[in-house]
Amino acid sequence: MTDTPIADMPDAPRRSLSARLSDWYFAETPNPAKRVQFSRPLTPWIFLLPQLAIVVIFFYWPSVQAVTSSFYIEDPFGFGSTFVGFENYTDAVTNSQYASTAWFTALFCVVVTALSLGLGLLLAVKADKVIRGAETYKTLLISVYAIAPPVAGLIGMMFFDMHMGPFTKLFAAFGYDLRVGIDYWDTAFALTVIAVWKQIPYNFIFFLSGLQSVPVSVREAALIDARSGWRRFKDIILPLLAPTAFFLLVINITYTMFDTFSIIDVIVKDKPANNPMTLVYKVYLDGFKGNDIGGSSAQSVILMIVVAALTVVQFRFLERRVHYG
Amino acid sequence: MAHLSLTSVGKTYAGGVDAVRDVNIEIADGEFIVLVGPSGCGKSTLLRMVAGLESVTHGDVRIGDRVVNRLEPADRDIAMVFQNYALYPHMNVRDNMAYGLKNRGETKSVIAERVAEASRMLELDPYLDRKPRALSGGQRQRVAMGRAIVRQPAAFLFDEPLSNLDAKLRVSMRGEIRRLQRRLGTTSLYVTHDQLEAMTLADRLVVLNGGRVEQIGAPLEVYHKPASVFVASFIGSPAMNLIDARVEAGRVLVGSHDIAPAATDAGPVTLGLRPEDLSLASTGLPVAVEHVEELGAQRIIHGEVAGQPIAIADSSASELGETVHVAATPGKIHLFARDTGRRIDLAAAATGLAHAV
Ligand SMILES: Nc1ncnc2c1ncn2[C@@H]1O[C@H](COP(=O)(O)OP(=O)(O)OP(=O)(O)O)[C@@H](O)[C@H]1O
Ligand SMILES: [Mg+2]
Repeated sequence: MTDTPIADMPDAPRRSLSARLSDWYFAETPNPAKRVQFSRPLTPWIFLLPQLAIVVIFFYWPSVQAVTSSFYIEDPFGFGSTFVGFENYTDAVTNSQYASTAWFTALFCVVVTALSLGLGLLLAVKADKVIRGAETYKTLLISVYAIAPPVAGLIGMMFFDMHMGPFTKLFAAFGYDLRVGIDYWDTAFALTVIAVWKQIPYNFIFFLSGLQSVPVSVREAALIDARSGWRRFKDIILPLLAPTAFFLLVINITYTMFDTFSIIDVIVKDKPANNPMTLVYKVYLDGFKGNDIGGSSAQSVILMIVVAALTVVQFRFLERRVHYG
Repeated sequence: MAHLSLTSVGKTYAGGVDAVRDVNIEIADGEFIVLVGPSGCGKSTLLRMVAGLESVTHGDVRIGDRVVNRLEPADRDIAMVFQNYALYPHMNVRDNMAYGLKNRGETKSVIAERVAEASRMLELDPYLDRKPRALSGGQRQRVAMGRAIVRQPAAFLFDEPLSNLDAKLRVSMRGEIRRLQRRLGTTSLYVTHDQLEAMTLADRLVVLNGGRVEQIGAPLEVYHKPASVFVASFIGSPAMNLIDARVEAGRVLVGSHDIAPAATDAGPVTLGLRPEDLSLASTGLPVAVEHVEELGAQRIIHGEVAGQPIAIADSSASELGETVHVAATPGKIHLFARDTGRRIDLAAAATGLAHAV
């Protein structure tokens, strides 16, 4: 795909974030000037080496380790291990606790992704109306949101504190005894709220940038073609946001599956009750707290397969429905 | 189809910029009106007020018999063609054209029929299933036209629709737009800063300057009788020569040279001479030749007269000396008041004088 005219290239840095994002993501306009030719074939490998080393040491090697140890049962004191074939896998899959964790993870993924994408989009649409054109205002808003996420996570956890959290008090004022860390669904609720809260700013920034890159004249053409604002949004704006939304969908699912670890850790750690958790947290719990390295490895291999499958599905089926200009 | 009328229309942007001031235009049903003027003179603003994309701060805009000042763009029964086409990038050509009709609740068969008709007229049949990004600039522009046509609106609004196309395509699209408009008979308002485009397309021209109307008239009328120095310098290529002159005893003088009779009050004037109305002569205004542009069919001689630049369109092939003498075609001189820049109507002045005698 070298049909990008060279003359277009000075424009490249001025293109919007989301346009570049979709280019990068879907390789719509590869940059021919970036195709450098090396005279000696070894040179590129030398440049690649540090990165490759990192990938191999921190990704492939542990992965191989995980796959190997998933076929063994390790002695709790670390004196030896026995080959058990698929026993770890069958144990994991037939375990009722594993099933309920898997079920919760799926539900958690759907709810958190839907809510954080939805709310992020809603806020972005509202903000876009206000700040169209006002650059300083936009930068201000975005920088506030960009600083917020890690802080938000911490604050969220404080809000739900059993003894002095304002949310707990608020619920108490309505006569509901919110027992985060003790009651399964209360904990699930708190986890969802914090996870969503933490992810909204990220989605907001990307959606806002996507909205701002919809050409003014296209909006105006739509204004002439359709009376209803909802129609214009649904038929014109939303499809043009699809590349951004697709990217965010992948990111958000990954986020809910993996990056919510720290939130869960803070809320359910050392709580004896039957608390909801994600598969990733269970891998950690079984492996490091339960010392069941084999079982935990088997779970993480299953998780790897699930993620791989999910990624394929997303790219195969969703990408087809994504439009670009 | 409908007539359009603008009554004392003005636009003051937030921040106090008066982009358009007191514009009055009556546009008859089926007329092709071109708004022309230099960059920033308020053409787009005026057009967008008619479209409803910009609020009207003063006066009334009427489409047909309705005052549309407060109507949404979708309710104004207009169609607009944008400079950068503004096609919906995610819809194919067919859907781009059909979208507006769908939203108006037209039946499927009506939509299909109109799209087919527009596509036949604009020769878009091979591209109906393509997305805009797979079309050339000219094809995109035609789709944008198609999107306007299928709506069968009361008026077409064009904002510099051809300025993104190359020169050759621009000429052919110009013809195409004119032909389509004649055939459909739809009232049209067309914005351009290209005076040639304006001259060739318009039934009537509206020349704007600094948000005000300088002159409204048929292209040839504007060309032959520019109402002001501004119009004189804007319409026509190469531009009209504007030379400081004075009237003394019924004669127009440049320096000490007598140009023509002028039945008007004595005093300083601006003399307008179109390069094509000047010809080389054995006697007449002496011009110091500076350089010559050869255009093939003719040449443009640039020179200086009484310290002021002048251009002459010359189609003779005679040898040029350092100084040439030029004569103006009788009856083809324009005089403008030096202070207001408005045209001094020689014919009216002459008849006035005749009556007085
Ligand atoms: N949103 C706005 N706010 C303030 N001033 C504006 C706005 N839009 C346009 N203007 C001003 O109004 C004037 C007319 O602008 P307009 O876009 O109508 O010019 P134009 O005749 O279409 O020019 P061009 O040929 O360059 O397109 C300009 O001086 C411009 O700076
Ligand atoms: Mg304009």
